Formats: sequence, structure tokens, C-alpha cells
Amino acid sequence: MSDVAIGHGQPFVRKEILQPEPPPASLVGFSGWARQNLFVGPANTLLSLFCLALATYVAWIMLDFLVLRAVWTGANREACIGPEVGACWPFITTRFGQMLYGFYPAEEHWRPATVFFVAVALIAPLLTPSAPYKKANALLFFVAFPIFAFVMLSGGFFGLRPVETRAWGGLLVTLVVATTGIVASLPLGVLLALGRRSKLPVVRFFAIAFIEFWRGVPLITVLFFATYMLPLFLPSGWSIDGLLRALVGVSLFSAAYMAEVVRGGLQAIPKGQYEGAMAMGLRYWPMMILIVLPQALKLVIPGIVNTFIGLFKDTTLVAIISIFDFLGIIRSAFADPNWATPGTVYTGFAFAGIVYFIFCYGMSRYSRFVEERLDVGHKH
Amino acid sequence: MAESVVDASELSAAQKPQISNETAVEIIGMSKWYGDFNVLKDINLKVKRGERIVICGPSGSGKSTMIRCINRLEEHQKGQIIVEGTELTNDLKKIDEIRRDVGMCFQHFNLFPHLTILENCTLAPMWVRKMPKREAEELAMHFLKRVRIPEQAKKYPGQLSGGQQQRVAIARALCMQPKIMLFDEPTSALDPEMVKEVLDTMVGLANDGMTMLCVTHEMGFARQVANRVIFMDAGQIIEMNEPNAFFANPQHERTKLFLSQILH
Ligand SMILES: Nc1ncnc2c1ncn2[C@@H]1O[C@H](COP(=O)(O)OP(=O)(O)O)[C@@H](O)[C@H]1O
Ligand SMILES: [Mg+2]
Repeated sequence: MSDVAIGHGQPFVRKEILQPEPPPASLVGFSGWARQNLFVGPANTLLSLFCLALATYVAWIMLDFLVLRAVWTGANREACIGPEVGACWPFITTRFGQMLYGFYPAEEHWRPATVFFVAVALIAPLLTPSAPYKKANALLFFVAFPIFAFVMLSGGFFGLRPVETRAWGGLLVTLVVATTGIVASLPLGVLLALGRRSKLPVVRFFAIAFIEFWRGVPLITVLFFATYMLPLFLPSGWSIDGLLRALVGVSLFSAAYMAEVVRGGLQAIPKGQYEGAMAMGLRYWPMMILIVLPQALKLVIPGIVNTFIGLFKDTTLVAIISIFDFLGIIRSAFADPNWATPGTVYTGFAFAGIVYFIFCYGMSRYSRFVEERLDVGHKH
Repeated sequence: MAESVVDASELSAAQKPQISNETAVEIIGMSKWYGDFNVLKDINLKVKRGERIVICGPSGSGKSTMIRCINRLEEHQKGQIIVEGTELTNDLKKIDEIRRDVGMCFQHFNLFPHLTILENCTLAPMWVRKMPKREAEELAMHFLKRVRIPEQAKKYPGQLSGGQQQRVAIARALCMQPKIMLFDEPTSALDPEMVKEVLDTMVGLANDGMTMLCVTHEMGFARQVANRVIFMDAGQIIEMNEPNAFFANPQHERTKLFLSQILH
């Protein structure tokens, strides 16, 4: 400890090499953290207290309405009438089947249910890094599953009764549109992004034109066009399924946004990575697939998931072309005179909000997990 | 610059192996432009197999551009470049062929940060040479041992020091079993204490008879291993000589000025 260098005039040579010491108490534990982050100076302290109060207030209102004052059982609106009544949960439970499947015939509900479970059984291991057989799993999900889901849901094969897509609805439609959009928009977006950076003018022009067109029109317009105008351009006798048109519209629309997100990632990859790859003799596609895209996509995971989440919520717009997605079904249920009470609308929207939030927040958390997992480089 | 010059006596002894009579690289009347800017002017250079060339010159003189033309990272507009008997043209097959014979190390290593050291090294053997994974890994470990970092194989580039990264870059290039190695200022981005480990690796490579073209200002290295030193300025080769004569007795005014600046 007496090993001290002071002032000038005296040469100094250290005799004892210092060992690291534990940090002072003001840096550790919750109180240390709070002191450093929440209560630094009067302005920060005031802001912290205000936010804490606001959060508590909002949480209390929600708890009060959704749980404390809520009605849990009942056969019709009688149960939910009264000045002190909160959420009307029997309204949700009695219509739960419809919210899941829309007007899909009740005796066939086992079909979409099976598709749900198979989807979960395939997606869960696909998203779990430690699960084995990734290639087989991916093949099953991206190739076999769409065929399976199509056969199961539409029917018409193997003695399954055909169910028109017009009868599909609820969460089923929301998930079909969102999953198709998500699965189709990423590869399409990557191709468009690569096209936009291509050295070939024709490819570049096509990519730019495509992206700018789809980004330039609102999704509602796209859906309207696909539903009401497209038939005018098709030869008579031709018709394309309404849901399919919505699927294509949503996919192309999201692909354009995805392309710009991916392009941002591509631009962030230093030239040296391309040169390193080319000097090794890699051609364009191997270089892109092995070197550039893995890094570019990793950089833009937040943007990609952001687009996915946007797409998930935009599926509600199919309501305007008379497809009853999850939100559409809930809204249509408000018209039911059996359940018309002042609280029904709030309950329905609160329930819709909770369900959408669970999906979107789930995606968001998963993207954080993937980002952290892929974070291997500390310095360049 | 001057601090990192390594004294030739510090480096492990080099024997300067035999030079073959066959030509590895031949550049004839080559010129290149960036738009209007004539970056390389009438370059003529013949490199024999086993020869080691050091290229120096002020920043912006076209050293990088010249060696990058040899593996077509840059395209030349006039003259000819012939590598191992194949002339570089727009023919993609020929470019592939030449890139398989020419390894390159860069100033900033250009390792792939998302792949482990081992994956960095096995990538080209597997995807360009179509080697089975096991075999490629054995090959990679062989060269990682040669640059003396086999124990880092499972790490990522970001976890290694600069000197280690550059040695990995050398091993990665060697995994393609090239006939010619290009180095573009391989030690310029390194902290001083790491320069020697990279130079030692390069000296080892030179002693094994590799044909090398190195852009570097490590004059100790040039003295020890180079057969010829080239001085470039303003896109031209100004002077070329064997190292002792080059340093002891530079002829051109620009060479003298340049050497006086980097050697004090
Ligand atoms: N892609 C490029 N476009 C335009 N000019 C360039 C480009 N690359 C290099 N140059 C210019 O060419 C000259 C030679 O560059 P370079 O070969 O990198 O020099 P050196 O390696 O000797 O420092 C410099 O003046 C540089 O500004
Ligand atoms: Mg350079």
C-alpha cells in the first residue's frame, strides 16, 4: 500500500503488483442498482417516481376490470348487467370455438385443431437451438406441413368433407395468413434485396420497381384490388380463392418491406467480407449464402421481427374483404343481442388485445433470445 | 511505421531456397483506371516460382491495387496478367481457376466473424474444392498447427488477438493449397508486440519455398526473405533490385526520399 507515486523529482518503481478488489457496496445489489439508475439527482428521481406511480395506476385499473370486478360465469347478458360489473368472461367462453375457428363446421373442428397441434409440434423444436434433426424438421415444416395443412383444412381428399375458405375464420385465419406471410416474405425479401444491389441493371430495375410499387400502396388498397378488381382482369370462368388472394397480397406486401430491412443489413457488411470470400474462390451464391447473408440477417433481426409483428397485426385488415379473422369474429359477436351489455365491447377488445399481445410479445422475446445467442464476436 | 520495423537478426534464419525457372506470375504492360484516374501505369513484372517479392511505396501509390489485380479483386483495363499459365480475362472459369491457385491475406484479416476458426479454414476446401468435411478439418488443423494456434480452432475470430487473427487468415489461405500467396500489409493493423509472430509465420512460409508477393513496410522482413524489392510511386514501378543493393544503394530520387523517411 505504501507503493505510491507522488509528484516529480522522485523516480518511481513499483515493488508490489496490485490484486483486484471487490467493488464498493454502492455498486452492488438492488439498492446499488436503484441508486445508480433510478435516483440520480432530483430530476431523475422525480421521473422515476412518476413512472412508478403511473405504472401502478394502470396495472391497478386493469387488474380491477379484468379480474376483481369480472363476471366469470353466466348463460347470457343478464349475468353481466350492473353498475359495478367488470369484464364479462362468459361472453368469451361461450363463443370461444367461433373465435378459434370462425364458421368452420363444429363437427369438423378437430381438423384445424390437429393442424394447430402439428404446427406447434414442428415449430417448437425448429425454434429450439438444442433440438436435434434440424434439417428433417425444417423439411417437414416448410414442405410437408403446408400440404398437410391444406389437405386437412380444405378437405376434399381422403373422405374429408370440403370446407370452403369462406367458412374459415377466427384465430385460424389470423394464423394462416400470418404464418404464410412470414414464411413467404423472408425469402422473397432476401431475393428482392439482393436484386436491388445486383450489378445487372435489369435485375436491379425489376427489384426496385417491385419494392417501390408495393411500398407505395396501402395494404387495404392491395386487398381491395385483389378482391374486387383482379376478377375483372382474369379471363371469365377463372376465379381465385378469396383467402388465397389475401395471402398473396399480404406476402408480396410484406416482402417489399422485408427487402428494405434486409438491404439495410447487406449494406452494413464490410467490403472486406466479400473480398475475403472472393479471394478464396467462392462464387456469388455460395458467398452470399455462407458469408454475407448470415451476418446481414443477424444484424437486422430486430427489423425482421418488427416486420413480422407488423404483418401479424396487419392480418386484421382482411376484415375489409369479408374474411373474419380473429378480431373480425370478436367484433361480429358484439352484434349478438344475447350478450349486448355495456361491458361486452370492452371485454372483447381486451381479450383480443391480450391474445395479440401474447403472440407479438412472444416473437419479440424470441428475437432477443436469438440475438443474444448469435452474439459471438466481441471486437472486430 | 518505424517502430515496427523488425531487425532481420531477430527473425529465425532463412535459407532462401532455390528459385525455379518457371514463371508463376507475369504482368505485361498492365494499366488500370478508376474512372478518369489512371491508378496503375504500364506495370511489367515477372515472378518466378519460389520467388519472394516485397513491394513498398507511399500510401496511395497503387500497391494494393496491383496485387489485387493478380487475383481479379480488381479488373485491369490494358495489358496482360498471366497467372500459372492462365491469362486473366472476363472468363469466370479462368478467374475461379486462378483464385484457387492464389491465396491472399489482407491488412484487416477479413476473417468471417460468424464462423469459428476451424469453419473459416474449412469453408473454401469444402465449398470450392468439394472436399469431405472430415478431410477438410484435418487439413485445416494441419495448417492451424503450422501457424501455431491449433488450440484456438473452436473459438470465434472476435475472441482472438490481432496477431492470432492474421495467423488464422494465413492458415485459411493455405488451406486452399495455393501456389502463390499475396499479402497486403499484413502487419499494418497490428499492435507492435504482435508483428513478430506474423512475420515469423511468413518467414516460415518463405523458407518452404512459397511464391510470395508482399506489400509491406517491414524492411527487416524484406532484407531477410525477399529476392527482390519493388518500390512503387504514382502507379508505377520506380525501382526494383535485390534487397541489399536496394537498401544500401537506391538509385532513384523518390526511392531515396522514401527510404530516408521510413528508415529515419
Ligand atoms: N475503388 C476505388 N475507386 C477509386 N479510387 C480508388 C479505389 N481504390 C483505390 N483508389 C485510389 O487508387 C490509388 C491507389 O490505391 P491503393 O492501391 O489502395 O494504394 P496503396 O495500397 O499503395 O496505398 C489511391 O489514390 C486510391 O485513392
Ligand atoms: Mg494498400
